[in-house]
Amino acid sequence: MPEFEVFVGAKHPQTPQIRGLFIFSYVVMEQLWDGIREGLRLFFTGDPILWEIILLSARVSGIALVLSSVLGVPLGALLGLNRFKGRRLVQAIVYTGMGLPPVVVGLAVYILLSQGGILGPLNLAWVPKLFTVPAMIVAQVIIATPMIIGYTMSAVAEVNPDLRLQVRSLGATRLQTTLAVLREARLGVVVAIVGGLGSIISEVGAVMMVGGNIDGSTRVLTTAIMLETRRGNLDLAIGLGIVLLLLSFLINFGVTQLQGKGK
Amino acid sequence: MMEPIYQLSNLQKIYEGRTVVDIEHLEIEPGEILAVVGPSGAGKSSLLRMLNFLEYPDNGELRYQSKPVTPNLPIEVRRQVTTVFQHPALLHDSVENNIRYGLKLRGQSDSTDQVHSVLERMGLVALRKAQARTLSGGEAQRVALARAMVLRPAVLLMDEPTANLDPYNVGLIEEVARQINQEMRTTIILVTHNVFQARRLSSRVALMLNGRIIEIAPTHSFFENPTDPRTRAFVQGEMIY
Repeated sequence: MPEFEVFVGAKHPQTPQIRGLFIFSYVVMEQLWDGIREGLRLFFTGDPILWEIILLSARVSGIALVLSSVLGVPLGALLGLNRFKGRRLVQAIVYTGMGLPPVVVGLAVYILLSQGGILGPLNLAWVPKLFTVPAMIVAQVIIATPMIIGYTMSAVAEVNPDLRLQVRSLGATRLQTTLAVLREARLGVVVAIVGGLGSIISEVGAVMMVGGNIDGSTRVLTTAIMLETRRGNLDLAIGLGIVLLLLSFLINFGVTQLQGKGK
Repeated sequence: MMEPIYQLSNLQKIYEGRTVVDIEHLEIEPGEILAVVGPSGAGKSSLLRMLNFLEYPDNGELRYQSKPVTPNLPIEVRRQVTTVFQHPALLHDSVENNIRYGLKLRGQSDSTDQVHSVLERMGLVALRKAQARTLSGGEAQRVALARAMVLRPAVLLMDEPTANLDPYNVGLIEEVARQINQEMRTTIILVTHNVFQARRLSSRVALMLNGRIIEIAPTHSFFENPTDPRTRAFVQGEMIY
């Protein structure tokens, strides 16, 4: 380590404590750097294990996002556009849902689906089994839906109320009015859906509890990062981490582009 | 004699315990231009919202083409009436698509000729691809009128359509309103603060005050021989309450 010796020797007195600290830092940094290089290599050379995990994550979160959007956008529009008795209570429940800890969701879904739980013993065809992809999707839908409802509700409520009156005056039915308002609030609705995706793609607690992180079956990006870090496979863990960061960046970049177009 | 297009009897609208519209009897004839004038807070806009079936009376009866107006009014009947509001609420879209919007709601996708003719008439051809949010106040109001006109409504309600506009746009909007009335026999109900505009455009004028119709008369009589002292005061530009 000639450069290291020069660096330490030039800047600091040769006390054993400081010297030890710098050696430790250097080793960690070198390991990290190797990990990043290896991670990028795995990603860009199409490493089968890495890509299997990426594709499963995309499948689980993609299906969960579609289901959450189908539920969340109309419900958010309904809450944002209509005044009814108990609306504030429903809003408070939605806001609470937006802050649900994923581990608690995981626990609830576990209790619901396990053989010793509520729905598990009934062995119904439509009830997913624990430690399967559908169970993970259920958990992610529960996490993302309140997020999408809440953000959609805010986006719709911000649309100029005169526009609703105008659209109705032009002959819109109730459904056509709702669609017109959603169209006006489209950027907010996109942000709602992206927010929902962000909340599930990066969560680890719920998918770990109900998916079980089974190799080749329920292992997704976040659970794999945890496992590989524990195993000391920092290169693979970093590769997976880079993919998560890239995904997050691409999603946010897409949203900022959309917001720019809307202005 | 033709049946009135609207019949109002003992009609009341109440907001939070305050009666904002209280009309004992009013009939509006098809094809007329009725101007409703009066100070702010007289209940003019609330009346228009009921005539457009956007709100419903709390008491009394409103009949449209002799049929009682209820929340179950068929959509085909609702679509015979539209409003141009004081502040045009345009969609975040192009001028052309804003004008086409009402036709699309009615499932009329092949509407290029109709839209183009209205664009020409309103002097909007050069702006047809422009985004609505980039328009000036006068241009936006012309788009709002074009959007209503392309629907060929039986009744056009106009709520202070030229407030704060420059004389060019005021003149254009008044001229087009007159043409719509003459060519399509569209009934126009115009709410305005501007007594000069009421005099230029309407065939009858009603003065509203505190939710009530104080006086209604043919335009000439309303301005030349008002019977109520409050009407006399209003047409002379005095403050009335």
